[in-house]
Amino acid sequence: MEFVRQEAPYLTPKVDVASIMLQVLVALVPAALAHVWYFGPGIIFNLIVATAVCVGSEALMMRLRGRDPMVALSDYTAIVTAVLLAFALPSLTPWWVTATGSLFAIVVAKHLYGGIGFNVFNPAMAGYVVILVAFPMEMNLWVAPRMGDIDYVSLGVLQTIKYTLTGSLPEALTFDAVSRATPLDAMQSGLRNMRTYSEIRANPMMGDFGGRGWEWLGNFFAIGGSWLLVRKIIRWQIPTGVLLGLLIPAGLMYIISPGSNASPGFHLFSGATILCAFFIATDPVSAATSPKGRFYYGLGIGVLIFAIRKWGSYADGVAFAVLLMNMAAPAIDYLTRPRIVGHSRRGDEI
Amino acid sequence: MSGDWTERLTTGLWKDNPGLVQLLGLCPLLAVTSTFVNGVGLGIATLLVLTFSNALVSATRRWIRQEIRIPIYVLIIASLVTCVELIFKAWFPTLDRSLGIFIPLIVTNCAIVARAEIFASRNPVGASIADGLGMGAGFAALLMALGAFRELIGHASIAGFSFADSGFLLVILPPGAFLALALAVALKNRIDGRPGR
Repeated sequence: MEFVRQEAPYLTPKVDVASIMLQVLVALVPAALAHVWYFGPGIIFNLIVATAVCVGSEALMMRLRGRDPMVALSDYTAIVTAVLLAFALPSLTPWWVTATGSLFAIVVAKHLYGGIGFNVFNPAMAGYVVILVAFPMEMNLWVAPRMGDIDYVSLGVLQTIKYTLTGSLPEALTFDAVSRATPLDAMQSGLRNMRTYSEIRANPMMGDFGGRGWEWLGNFFAIGGSWLLVRKIIRWQIPTGVLLGLLIPAGLMYIISPGSNASPGFHLFSGATILCAFFIATDPVSAATSPKGRFYYGLGIGVLIFAIRKWGSYADGVAFAVLLMNMAAPAIDYLTRPRIVGHSRRGDEI
Repeated sequence: MSGDWTERLTTGLWKDNPGLVQLLGLCPLLAVTSTFVNGVGLGIATLLVLTFSNALVSATRRWIRQEIRIPIYVLIIASLVTCVELIFKAWFPTLDRSLGIFIPLIVTNCAIVARAEIFASRNPVGASIADGLGMGAGFAALLMALGAFRELIGHASIAGFSFADSGFLLVILPPGAFLALALAVALKNRIDGRPGR
């Protein structure tokens, strides 16, 4: 066996925040296209509004803090925040809701904490939680996915623009005609009304694992996420932790009482599970940073998502779970410091 | 003497504000500031109790034994709160209903016990009254400011006069109270931290 001996100078790959963020954005392209296919062009306008407000407020905050705005704008983090926020929103969202969330994400969650690298909380999720709490009605208008159903009603591009700008639907269309309960909503309220899992699954809106159409979105997030894993932009610990943390309690509950609990497959393919595992929980600033810590951090998020879906008052708990674990991240890092070579686990020299 | 009074008042109102700097008595502060009127009501009630409790604790400080001072303070404060509660019930029944449990709960407001312990038990009556007035006014001013801010943003109204249909719901909800207080503390630090002051 022959080893190639390499001499200095070495070529080092160029790794900076901007290139990482660009790759994250590229990884989200398949999911964005799928989102447009299933849920209409709404997400494009959400993306435009969120990006404009995020970039604008980032520049404004940098100016107020007496720094050069271009430094912050050229690393694309504001755009990634905007894109993640837009993915979390229903495809039909009035512009002021999106703008409020984007503004809070950048101004309060990012810059009041000291800007990139200092934000304790994931900005996109902080912004999302604010508008989820502040605009409950607007945030509950989810359209049905396009699956070729007879009663499928959709808005055209112009109608979507009009809704985004004014928050009013075209004549002769009501919210009830356009919107549908999300699979997670249907599952949560169904189980609480003492219907069994298989009864709820018999509803035509349910597909192989999650909701019909809805379940496909996760696959596109998984494609982009896997590419990021291969590129080593994100590490395997957090996604694995999130998925295990969700699947283990879901699996146990399903084995104990299959009638009154959703199957692990349903949890995996519903809501923002995959988006969270690959893109949201892996935010390098607000997540834990030690290798073991990342795993426990992900695990905690997964368990919290399950707990909120099962016992909470919101149908999906990704944003709350991520924010709660953000708070725990420093403690996790402290408790999982890797052992230094030549030192005992307690830090004494051997 | 007057210089001492001004100093006591500015200490309570700004420099050592019980809400903004000492971060005491946050439970009622966060819970009742959803409207301006509630803020004013609880602010005045706290101001009254704090001034009189400081005066009484200071006047009796020679006879209160060190070992049992806290129960005595609580007794004094509780009697005063009962008086204030009865006054509110008699003359401001609507305000009393909207403040609810938070009037009796003034007894447990740590800002009041803290002033009794830190200041009134070691200083003469006059200075203690000044301290109570300053601290009470500081607390009341913060309650009013937060109440006005949250009502303005959340309900789009001021002191009950509304000028829009709906506001930004979040500010009325409990997280809004924390956010508003945090912004107030940040604003104070910003003003104090300005170079050249």
